[in-house]
Amino acid sequence: MSRAQFEERFFGVARWVTIAVLAIITIVPFYYMLMLSVKPIDALLLDPGSLWVSARDFTLDTYRSVLKPTSEGGQGFLRMLLNSALVALGTVLLTLAAAVPGAYAVSRLRFFGSRQVSALFLAVYLFPATLLAVPLFVMFAKVGLSGSLVGLAIVYIAQTVPVSIYMMKNYFATIPYSIEEAAALDGCSRLQTVYRVVLPLSLPSLMATGLYVFMIAWNEFLFALLFLAASPDRWTVPLGLQQLAGGIEVPKTVLMAGSVVLTIPVVVLFYAAERLLTEGLTSGADKA
Amino acid sequence: MSTPATRPTRAPRTAGTHARPGGRRKRPLTGAQRENRTGLAFVTPTFVVVLVVVIVPILWTVLLAFQRARLVDIQGMGLFGNWSLQNFSQVFSSPGFWSSLLTTLVYTVGGTAGSLVLGLIAALALRRPFRGRGLLRGTMLLPYVAPVVAVTFVWEVALSPQYGIVNNWGTRFLGWHDPIAFLSTRSYEVDLLGWHVGVPLALLTVVAFETWRYFPFAFLFLLARLQAVPPGLEEAARVDGATPTQRFRYVLLPQLMPVIALLSVLRFIMTFNKFDDVYLLTGGSSGTDVVAVRVYDFLTARFDVGAASAQALVLAVVLMVLLGLYFAFFARKTQEEA
Repeated sequence: MSRAQFEERFFGVARWVTIAVLAIITIVPFYYMLMLSVKPIDALLLDPGSLWVSARDFTLDTYRSVLKPTSEGGQGFLRMLLNSALVALGTVLLTLAAAVPGAYAVSRLRFFGSRQVSALFLAVYLFPATLLAVPLFVMFAKVGLSGSLVGLAIVYIAQTVPVSIYMMKNYFATIPYSIEEAAALDGCSRLQTVYRVVLPLSLPSLMATGLYVFMIAWNEFLFALLFLAASPDRWTVPLGLQQLAGGIEVPKTVLMAGSVVLTIPVVVLFYAAERLLTEGLTSGADKA
Repeated sequence: MSTPATRPTRAPRTAGTHARPGGRRKRPLTGAQRENRTGLAFVTPTFVVVLVVVIVPILWTVLLAFQRARLVDIQGMGLFGNWSLQNFSQVFSSPGFWSSLLTTLVYTVGGTAGSLVLGLIAALALRRPFRGRGLLRGTMLLPYVAPVVAVTFVWEVALSPQYGIVNNWGTRFLGWHDPIAFLSTRSYEVDLLGWHVGVPLALLTVVAFETWRYFPFAFLFLLARLQAVPPGLEEAARVDGATPTQRFRYVLLPQLMPVIALLSVLRFIMTFNKFDDVYLLTGGSSGTDVVAVRVYDFLTARFDVGAASAQALVLAVVLMVLLGLYFAFFARKTQEEA
């Protein structure tokens, strides 16, 4: 057998093995999470190695217990879900409101510093979040925003606007300029052109960017920990989960139910918009 | 940039502005001036947010790093005062600083290389269509999109010596004598041909987590690039009798190199500054005390704002030096090759 034949055959098999292994390492942790969330804690402690739930053990009490408010002996995740949703949705709306004109300006207009501005915005990601943490912590304490969801949303906006501008700018560049000229001839001002012509045409990109921002804000942990750790009624879901996971009082299976509750919105949104998202993120990568 | 292509089409509008009868003394704005104003107005909201929440804090951190400042007295303190270099001497001489920097480097290089290699393997395996590829491609992005707190919690439970599935299966099927505490073992003794070798187990576990969580990111970009490689290139190599490894080495890899270089830099920056993953998995104990976690500890456990700032600043400077070295040596080289 020649080297070429051997390699063709070897990689033909290796490819399927690789695909199987990749599928296992990505799916099994999430399956494990889901499975533990519908088990009572005794079942887990009795047989930690089992990958199934028997019909006798199956329970949804874990979800009931994790969602119930703390006043009724639960973990209050419903409240946290509301907090997380408020912060994430607020971040999405405000980020888009700032990023749409920003991205339009960067992709279409020539203005003083237009070259430097995208470099400046990308520099945001060069500095460790911990570097910002110290002064933000102090600044927010001074203006009374520490411990508030509004303060958290402001930080998230600053963290997500640059990447949003980057994602939308590429899309705006694909819209033919002649359409905008036609709008201008019909008497649209620049702002009207953006909102009446460019935005409706770039709806897919807008959706993808919004979803990406939502995921970042929904998943964020460090700033939530810094600003909200001391006020339990404002905890977001990630913060609440981490705070409770440190102790021993709450059974692990109940917290697994909390993890599922935290993960499901993101996963559902992701599958609903997967194509939009992956194209929005990687547009430009294939031209490199 | 799109500007050069669209430039000529704007000329008529500029002419129109000039044709307006100049009744007032003030000349009407030219098209370029109006564009300048609109552009500035459009980026202002973004600029303000970035200025207030990113740039000002960074500058303030630099100031704080050179002052004696604790959280209690910072409220009444002026912006400038009590200059000292004490924070830096404290940072450099504090026990564990150099080892923490080394840990950060090992973690960063390991996590970056691991996620890139696994991402590349995944991209190559999923390159050609098969039934269910779309679904698998989406599923493989799950580790990256799922919340960190949830996935670290799953890893923590799965690796737990008491009720974790990994240790249970390890003792049952792989013949481990005792459960292994993956996340809290600084150095695991292994017998290799009579040599006792200490493996930094907790650090390796964290690197493995990093690889698992971020390979989808590399996979996504590499797959997009792979699918844009002109099929003729590989076809020609195949006709010339190149084996799969040769086609990869001499045809695909050169095409992927720019994306791989970019991804390495991006992942390096992100991992170097990473806080969440390590903090959530180990809390920075057992030989995983990366600098980002140390900054957090200085801030919250000792309320020493000055030392925390100095520590964060040192981290940022080290990152910039490394990036500078990279761009000085490697970026030029890859440009020459391309």
